[in-house]
Amino acid sequence: MNDLTFLQQYWWFLVSLLGALLVFLMFVQGGQSLIWTLGRTEEQRRMLLLATGRKWELTFTTLVTFGGAFFASFPLFYSTSFGGAYWVWVIILLCFVIQAVSYEFQLRRGNVLGTTTYRLFLLLNGILGPLLIGTAVGTFFTGAEFVVNKAAVASPAMPVISYWVGPWHGLEAALVPQNLMLGMSVLLLTRVLACLYFLGCMDDETLRENCRRRLRIESGFFLLFFLTWLVRWLLSAGFAYEPGSGFVYMETYKYLHNLLAMPGVAALLLIGVLLVLGGMAGGFYGRRRAFWLAGPGSVLVVLALLLCAGWNNTAYYPSVASLQSSLTIANSSSSLFTLKTMTIVSFIIPAVLAYIAWAWRALDRDPITAEEAESEH
Amino acid sequence: MEPIDSSLVDWSRAQFALTAMYHWLFVPLTLGLGVVMAIMETLYVRTGREFWKRTAQFWMKLFGINFAMGVATGIILEFEFGTNWSNYSWFVGDIFGAPLAIEGILAFFMESTFIAVMYFGWNKVSKRAHLASTWLTIIGATISAWWILVANAWMQHPVGMEFNPDTVRNEMVDFAAVAFSPVAVVKFCHTVSSSWVLGAVFVVGVSCWYLLCGRHCEFALSSIRVAAWFGLFAALITAHTGHQSGRDIALYQPMKLAAAEGLYEGGTEQGLVLGGILRPGADWTAGSDDRFLLKVELPYALSYLATHDLQGYVPGIRNLLEGGYKLPDGSVALSAEEMMKRGRVAIDALAKYRAASTPEEKAAALAVLRANFPWFGYGYLKSPGELVPSVPLTFYSFRIMVMLGGYFIVLFAGLLLLGQRVTRWKLVQLAVVLTIPLAWLASQAGWVVAEVGRQPWAIQGLLPNVAAISRLDVSSVQTTFYIFLALFTLLLVAELGIMGKAIAAGPETDSTSA
Repeated sequence: MNDLTFLQQYWWFLVSLLGALLVFLMFVQGGQSLIWTLGRTEEQRRMLLLATGRKWELTFTTLVTFGGAFFASFPLFYSTSFGGAYWVWVIILLCFVIQAVSYEFQLRRGNVLGTTTYRLFLLLNGILGPLLIGTAVGTFFTGAEFVVNKAAVASPAMPVISYWVGPWHGLEAALVPQNLMLGMSVLLLTRVLACLYFLGCMDDETLRENCRRRLRIESGFFLLFFLTWLVRWLLSAGFAYEPGSGFVYMETYKYLHNLLAMPGVAALLLIGVLLVLGGMAGGFYGRRRAFWLAGPGSVLVVLALLLCAGWNNTAYYPSVASLQSSLTIANSSSSLFTLKTMTIVSFIIPAVLAYIAWAWRALDRDPITAEEAESEH
Repeated sequence: MEPIDSSLVDWSRAQFALTAMYHWLFVPLTLGLGVVMAIMETLYVRTGREFWKRTAQFWMKLFGINFAMGVATGIILEFEFGTNWSNYSWFVGDIFGAPLAIEGILAFFMESTFIAVMYFGWNKVSKRAHLASTWLTIIGATISAWWILVANAWMQHPVGMEFNPDTVRNEMVDFAAVAFSPVAVVKFCHTVSSSWVLGAVFVVGVSCWYLLCGRHCEFALSSIRVAAWFGLFAALITAHTGHQSGRDIALYQPMKLAAAEGLYEGGTEQGLVLGGILRPGADWTAGSDDRFLLKVELPYALSYLATHDLQGYVPGIRNLLEGGYKLPDGSVALSAEEMMKRGRVAIDALAKYRAASTPEEKAAALAVLRANFPWFGYGYLKSPGELVPSVPLTFYSFRIMVMLGGYFIVLFAGLLLLGQRVTRWKLVQLAVVLTIPLAWLASQAGWVVAEVGRQPWAIQGLLPNVAAISRLDVSSVQTTFYIFLALFTLLLVAELGIMGKAIAAGPETDSTSA
């Protein structure tokens, strides 16, 4: 393995890790989607929003950094997917725009739109954000309708190197059941994680009981969607490429083969699934720390799935319109110099994680009370 | 193949301009107000006076309202490089992506982690840990500004890269040249210090409103004292870095300087236009008519600004289009036609390189490409006139920025001289309140000069807008333009309403009279 190949693998790992952390941190979105389901009174809703309100910026930042890291390490994906699947990304972005103001504005005097509107914004972000991101990631395994032609740069009349073939600019991904199933799985996972988070940080027995009851329903649906998706994924054909020539072809049971070829990744997936199940079980019994089983578990599961999408000579962003246009970590990455530079910067990540852990602990040390929720607003 | 619809370029530009200008309504206040409130919290920790805590908390409340809008409008901008400028994202993504990623890792996480401690941690962490969190929030925001301005400065003056014909993109070869380019350093200092000015104007403006109403006078006078010193310091840095920035523009973007000065016919011993009125409808790409209805000049000043020599030669728009004048390195400037011709040769050589079947053919094509690559971007242009940006917009914006910059220095110095006596000068108080929107006007005008003045380039001399866009339906971009316009306007109205109510409610300090 030469330097460039190693760094491409390393950066795919980092981008996958950021994606996995994003899914974990989207418990904030899951919590927003449950404001009215769990919070029966205004007091309870304020407590729920205080809990997620302390964390939303972390999720938001992870999304932005995920985008930035993808841009820096695999710019052809950034160029092809964002410029092509225009409408999907714009809708996702709009969901996050309305979230960004809602926590701050919802209870302020003079907010023009009223408290309920901002809470509806949070609900929309809570449902559409995870659903659409999950659906968009589904195309990593089912493919998208784009063509890449780098030679176009030498055509002054039309120098754009990538374009979408269909007229829907990404919205068509929502019509593929496998994508939608992954989107639903992500949405339901965020709701499971939210229930577990609230269980751990609320000082209100009624609210905790609501969370426990809701957890059973969300967990059931999550397992139904996720396991169905997982089985279909393992049995499906995938997009492989020849390392030397870069030639892309279909391979039956590609993702199953990937797990067999990378036992470490298979172990991550298995451990992750067990941790998520353990977290759910802990939550059924009202354990406050169950979130810290299911959360890291979800990180491991998503990390393993994304590693399967890009490692082991797999095209991570396949094109169903032009198979040879499919993006692989080899044909879409930044140069060796840029990846090396970025790698040096990445060594600071442990320090970033350390101060995030300090702040998280400092703010979550004591459970949230109704009085605190009232005074913070 | 169907050529690019020019209205797609226009709408893509309009959308980027719209989102960037909205975003820049909130960012400078975050940067400026953040420092003021951090100074006030520092005073609280040092003196132990509860008054300073309440004062800092009041400004923090306004900071939070504004910060949320900055975040909301900022996320669109980052992803727009992909959604609307996808060719750009590939052609220079190897260089441009890195600052964005570093911004996320180094700055955004710092900001988003410590702002939570700043707001929710008053009773959960020690005084000093809270103060550190406040400073780290604003340091994070400032580091974020550093990286995004590095990226912007690189677009104005691309350095540290080489074109790779195999990957058909520019690739970074010198990170230090990109991250610490002198243009980036000056741009950062100028932009951040001007944001401090805006924050200081906001604080003195709101404080003077309290004085006018006869409320919270101790709070207002204390805030004015802190903000006026800070604002004066920042305004002087802004003026100094503005001068350096002018020199950079003269060196690397002479067309922008010519447009900002309304200089059609260049020459030696050029004067700087202090004020003037351009002839409406004048053609800035050809002809020899007088293009000013009225102008007042400072003799020799433009030559000095551009060359540090009172007799220095400054090219005008006509000279830049026709070439033939002597460049600082002693060579003769090429005409726009010649540069476009060489650009087309470079693009043609790239096509030949990609199609070549033998090493000899590749080597021959590569030699031609390398020899003509400095003009590569010019090959996408259809006429020399495209190289001239909107002169009236650049000219007037430049004057607004500079004149208001001078006014702010006088304003802060005046407030410091008046001290407590400002409570007796109602007209001064009113003038300071009315100055608040002018700070935003100056800030926006500065960006108009920077961005409109460099048209038609997405990356100066390397990639024009027409070759940088995404291949989308015009109707899609039009639709999203109106969606963003409506949404951001709605949220801005809401933000102003909340700000207004919060200011009307005032701080929770004890004293309400002078």
